[in-house]
Amino acid sequence: MAPDTGDQGAPAVNLTGGPLACELDGITMSFGANEVLKGVTLGLPVGHVTALLGANGAGKSTLIKVLSGVYPEHGGEVRVAGTPVEMESPLAAARHGIQTVHQRIDENIVPGLTVAENLVFEEIVRGEVPTVRSLRKLLPRAREIARTLDLDWSDSVLTRDVFELGIADSQMLLLARALVQRPKVLVLDEPTSTLSAGEVDRLFALIRRLRDDGVAVLYVTHRLSEVAALADDIVVLRDGAISAAQQRPFDMEQAIRSMLGESLATHHDLVEQRGSATAVELRGVQLLKRSDPLDLDLRYGEVTGIVGLIGSGKSELARGVFGADPLRAGTMTLDGKPYAPRHTSQAVGAGVYLVPEDRAAESMLPGWSLTWTSTLPFLRSVASWGLLRRARERATGTAVLEDFGVVATGPGQAVDSLSGGNQQKVVVGRWMHAGPRVLLLDEPFRGVDIGARGDISHRARAQASEGACVVVFSSDVEEIREIADRILVLVEGHIKLDAYTSEVGNDAIVTSMSEVA
Amino acid sequence: MTGQLSETTTLTRIQDWVVKYGFIAVTVGLFVYFAITEPAFATSSSLFSMLKFASVTAILGLGVTFTMVVGGLDLSIGATAGLAVQLAAMTMVFYNLTGPTAVVAVLLGGLVVGLLNALLIVVFRIPDLLATLGMMFVIQGAKLIPVDGQSVSSGMVLRDGSVAPGSFTPDFLKIDRGFIGPVPLPVVIMLALVALSWFVLSRTTWGRLMYAVGANPEAARLAGVRVGFYHGLAYVISALLASVGGLILVSRIGQGDVNAGSSSLLEAVAVALVGTSVLGMGKPNAWGTLLGALLVGIVLTGLTMKGMQYYHQDTAKGLVVIVALLFSFTLSRKKLRYTPAT
Repeated sequence: MAPDTGDQGAPAVNLTGGPLACELDGITMSFGANEVLKGVTLGLPVGHVTALLGANGAGKSTLIKVLSGVYPEHGGEVRVAGTPVEMESPLAAARHGIQTVHQRIDENIVPGLTVAENLVFEEIVRGEVPTVRSLRKLLPRAREIARTLDLDWSDSVLTRDVFELGIADSQMLLLARALVQRPKVLVLDEPTSTLSAGEVDRLFALIRRLRDDGVAVLYVTHRLSEVAALADDIVVLRDGAISAAQQRPFDMEQAIRSMLGESLATHHDLVEQRGSATAVELRGVQLLKRSDPLDLDLRYGEVTGIVGLIGSGKSELARGVFGADPLRAGTMTLDGKPYAPRHTSQAVGAGVYLVPEDRAAESMLPGWSLTWTSTLPFLRSVASWGLLRRARERATGTAVLEDFGVVATGPGQAVDSLSGGNQQKVVVGRWMHAGPRVLLLDEPFRGVDIGARGDISHRARAQASEGACVVVFSSDVEEIREIADRILVLVEGHIKLDAYTSEVGNDAIVTSMSEVA
Repeated sequence: MTGQLSETTTLTRIQDWVVKYGFIAVTVGLFVYFAITEPAFATSSSLFSMLKFASVTAILGLGVTFTMVVGGLDLSIGATAGLAVQLAAMTMVFYNLTGPTAVVAVLLGGLVVGLLNALLIVVFRIPDLLATLGMMFVIQGAKLIPVDGQSVSSGMVLRDGSVAPGSFTPDFLKIDRGFIGPVPLPVVIMLALVALSWFVLSRTTWGRLMYAVGANPEAARLAGVRVGFYHGLAYVISALLASVGGLILVSRIGQGDVNAGSSSLLEAVAVALVGTSVLGMGKPNAWGTLLGALLVGIVLTGLTMKGMQYYHQDTAKGLVVIVALLFSFTLSRKKLRYTPAT
């Protein structure tokens, strides 16, 4: 579908003229001395998809929260259809026709309730549903809401605990919940980060339909391919202010430059490294319930990229090698010796490290400093006879901070107060600092800005050239091509392709990914 | 951006100060008030008796602190102290054994309770609160069986009609009544255990890993931490501390009172909770727990001197705890967590 803006009497692409669904005028927001938004002025035209780009820490999340009524104390003015409104609460935002689908799903769905109850959750909160409610009575309404998104959910799905839905369907649930309110403005914060390719297509088709119906969409993303496919306009947020605005046709190079300022991501040409010695040898390993055994050798001295969508078994593979979850079947060797970690501590002891997929849930310890987070897996090395040596601890924290150029006030800063890219640098850096034999990175670029992505990629390649076996798992082909020497495609627990990066084109990869197992 | 809201207006600054130092200020303020209005209060003998009084609560509170560090809570702590009371009494009165034997029996009993709690929680994966709640009732009930529900005291008549052969030995009674220099022994034990707990929690790998387990068990596991071991370890330490508390208690009352210890649960939990917010630590810690126990001690000693009846004690204790918790939960802008803030 061509993003032709001339049909349906939609206004010309113009960021300030034409009918605007919503205007932000000089929006400011500070946290203490930290001025995060420094006067953002932006109009969201009716029937347009406006892509909001920005590196981590640029202020995107804060801007979204202002728009969704989370920060009523913001400065500046928000106008809806020309009328100034107070964004004093999320309910007020909803009343003004602004709906937001936030990135973090787990903060917005309520486990323990059924799918149906989650679908009608807004109405339950507003007290429009009787306190003593029967599931039967909710079902028709829930069905109706699910249908706004063409979600073909049977009653047995609707009455299940929402916990069983999985990430992608939970995302669709939240979207359905937002859409049933018939918003004039829809804010989507990285909605595709957990979706498979098919689901992304479904989502995009839906967004285009909404746009054609006159909804103003603010689409926040890191992925330029999505911008190219979907957006009518681009605005770039940098350092708390709009640094660039573009209309079609887009100049992506220019957009990236305005995002990153002077520190443009360096296009280091990949010099392919080929490993020789086998680090981990998997034999007869079964990843999924219904998949055949596979054999795989992971080699030292190269970066192996494993491409797979959700459900391909890539996380099972990563966690199995790390001993976090047992493999369903099969054996492994490490350096030719039998290797069967029953616990992650055995893997860590053997020099096999994993950076897990979900940073917030699986890597971060609330309130823990950079130093504490860095030394956690290797406490013994900063202690003697069980006594922690503070100087040694601090030295490790400082080394991780400096090696990776983490933007932080010092090694004592809490990791969860850093931006996403810097958090990821810490959780990747702590393993790299220890000199891994095998380093497994599961979706290392999720929620990470382009600058940090370049740094992590560069460091991972350097580790491999120093002899480590680095394995990167991702659902993004471009990401994998950027970092990997060797590419494997995993589909439903089967290896569909195994080739060196220079020997295989994008088409071949995509084709193999779409093969049915 | 995940930076927390921290606008530094005068009001919020005052609020932060109150949260950080308010509790200490109240403790010192009450102390000064009692010292001025009751001349007998600030004498060394009454101060030491107050510290002595606080020692059992503080030691049990330390046990709770360890379990809170790993993100749990040991509800069986009062019952374990009660078990210690009875084990000590039975060892000396029923079996006519020595004081040191009684101490060993009590510590072994605590070890068994701790291991059972760890087994239920770590191996059988029963949630901490429920497992220790169950243990609490099992211990309270089971200890009544061998004594037919009677308190154990010297000279009591046994099941077979004979008179119990033993009595509390003088050396055992010294646990509560002894002194090192001018300082009562229970106070020395309390201070030593507080210092030791602080040391273990903040200076050793054990302590750090226990905090990690409490902060995010999955992240700890994926960093190669043996989560189950440290989770269980906290319950073993907790039960051992409860047993030491029980030793002091039984040495004080000089008989195996079947009800001893059970009332100390809430107090122990409260002082540990209060301790998390002292100095804005935001995490369970040994010195905070001590300070919480001291406040309760000051209030009770002071009010008793002012002529408060013994049956008003529970009300006073409860109010102190609620006021202290107001500091931690209501006034604190930081979300109180059991986990460290660096």
